[in-house]
Amino acid sequence: MLRDQDRIFTNLYGFHDWRLAAARARGDWDGTAALMANGQDWIIDQVKASGLRGRGGAGFPTGLKWSFMPKKSDGRPNYLVVNADESEPGTCKDRDIMRHDPQKLIEGCLLAGFAMRAVAAYIYIRGEFIDERRRLQAAVDEAYDAGLIGKNAAGSGYDFDVYVHHGAGAYICGEETALIESLEGKKGQPRLKPPFPANVGVWGCPTTVNNVESIAVAPAILRRGAAWFAGLGRPNNTGTKVFCISGHVNKPCNVEEEMGIPLRELIDRHCGGVRGGWDNLLAVIPGGSSVPLLPKAMCDDMLMDFDSLRAAKSGLGTAAVIVMDKSTDVIKAIARLSAFYKHESCGQCTPCREGTGWMWRVMERMVKGRAEPDEIDTLLEVTTQVEGHTICALGDAAAWPIQGLIRHFRPLMEQRIADYKSRATARAAE
Amino acid sequence: MSVGIQPAGPFEQPASFAFTPANRAEADKIIARYPAGKQQSAIVPLLDIAQRQADGWLPRAAMEYLADLLGMPIIRVYEVATFYTMFYLKPVGRHVVQVCTTTPCWLRGSDAVLGACVERLGITPGHTTADGQFSLVEVECLGACVNAPMMQVNDAFYEDLDAGSTRAVLDALARGEAPAVGPQNGRQTSCPEGGPTTLTTTEVK
Repeated sequence: MLRDQDRIFTNLYGFHDWRLAAARARGDWDGTAALMANGQDWIIDQVKASGLRGRGGAGFPTGLKWSFMPKKSDGRPNYLVVNADESEPGTCKDRDIMRHDPQKLIEGCLLAGFAMRAVAAYIYIRGEFIDERRRLQAAVDEAYDAGLIGKNAAGSGYDFDVYVHHGAGAYICGEETALIESLEGKKGQPRLKPPFPANVGVWGCPTTVNNVESIAVAPAILRRGAAWFAGLGRPNNTGTKVFCISGHVNKPCNVEEEMGIPLRELIDRHCGGVRGGWDNLLAVIPGGSSVPLLPKAMCDDMLMDFDSLRAAKSGLGTAAVIVMDKSTDVIKAIARLSAFYKHESCGQCTPCREGTGWMWRVMERMVKGRAEPDEIDTLLEVTTQVEGHTICALGDAAAWPIQGLIRHFRPLMEQRIADYKSRATARAAE
Repeated sequence: MSVGIQPAGPFEQPASFAFTPANRAEADKIIARYPAGKQQSAIVPLLDIAQRQADGWLPRAAMEYLADLLGMPIIRVYEVATFYTMFYLKPVGRHVVQVCTTTPCWLRGSDAVLGACVERLGITPGHTTADGQFSLVEVECLGACVNAPMMQVNDAFYEDLDAGSTRAVLDALARGEAPAVGPQNGRQTSCPEGGPTTLTTTEVK
């Protein structure tokens, strides 16, 4: 278990004051200018050495991402955009950071923005987080008033602005290029890559989009040292992570833990165990709705990090752990996710626009068993036709939960079909 | 896509719309956040302000007003207003009750929450009560999954609900009260029920 002194988010639950004075007492904004005086390259090298991988789902090395930004301007300014469009079902960690520890995010914006030679950060928060938006704006205002951002930010000699921007309800805007479109005041429909945002991002300028948690942990890494962060977890899977555990546990919660904590320990120690005990576990979706589920047998010894879950053909994603006990109709649980992706498809690419609706309709029949057994293969085939054939990853995200269901619960689906058929036969005989 | 909510009855599009002086000042502050010439970036925040001013929905005149204000073709404003679920193009109830039924909420009993809403309000999702007090709609994940099941009513999240506490929130709203937001079972935000399992050994200010 992570030691308390190694936790970064010391006000995760909001037991303490979120305001600037209290945040400073907890260590935020301590010697920020001195960190910046080490230079841009030093910051990027430290973040690279810490092993930090993006906390928004894809797990791309953060320091490497920052190094893609142009070092010399061709006249266009660089921008940092923070993805606070937290919408992946199961995920609610950035919300806690923004409402309870907002100064960690704002200080991270300055340090990351400085490292990338950005002139400003835009924090794009999902539209429904209205109280959180107001809280974050109040925290930004406090930071301006204290001279921590704006002209000569934190006394560093560097000018840097932080702006809060919000969406209005669209899951797709969590995709970085859709988010950029939305920030430009358009429908949130993803862009083709290349060009990548580091070359052509918001308003045609070099842009890096990072998740809230990735940015908010940066000050702690720079202050405490890359070696400290890298010493937590396992190689290539370092640091701490805020996990969101929802579903059939006795005490659902968010908790900051060490990367690579065993799934069972995470649930037993912080969530009071699976409802009805570990043996009552059916399956877990380990990283937000987009990743394939794991049946109980694979959960027994699973480590919660990028590489372990990838080896199990799933993923850490956003570290949103959705727990399902044996009372769950797992086919219905996945069918509900298919409805989600159908609703959230932006409609731009045909395989996704048509495929998500098609997959959802077939999944609804699978819930009832009103299907032919060979339609399971047809469904699997269609998921592979959607996957990898769209501009963004929403198509993949819609395909993977169904692939996971078929991979691990095919006999259940076949049984459901057989049961439906036998009931239909009995009805016909009456 | 914007979610369909049927209004309580027939309605008319107002002939004109203009921001109040306070909202106009707020709009100017928002527009100033974006680089010169990129004022279109302000459209979503400004639509939000307009919708609040116009009793919770976006009349056509408001969209035309914003198109003028930001120098956008009106079709670009319509595109945005119809793309995002939080914009309503027809009148909605005074309280828009949005029940999350995505899998994490469903696993924790969102069926009972939605059922309690249907029973208490006497309408099915997508409709508005005849007195114009409540609209009910089923929505996708609102990002409070460890406090599931939950619903959002206008700006407020009500979390850790069951049928009884859902009814209690709706009753309080109907009486014109403002029920306490957040978890309805007494728990502290996203902390495990009964107290934290972390940050117990260090002094935190």
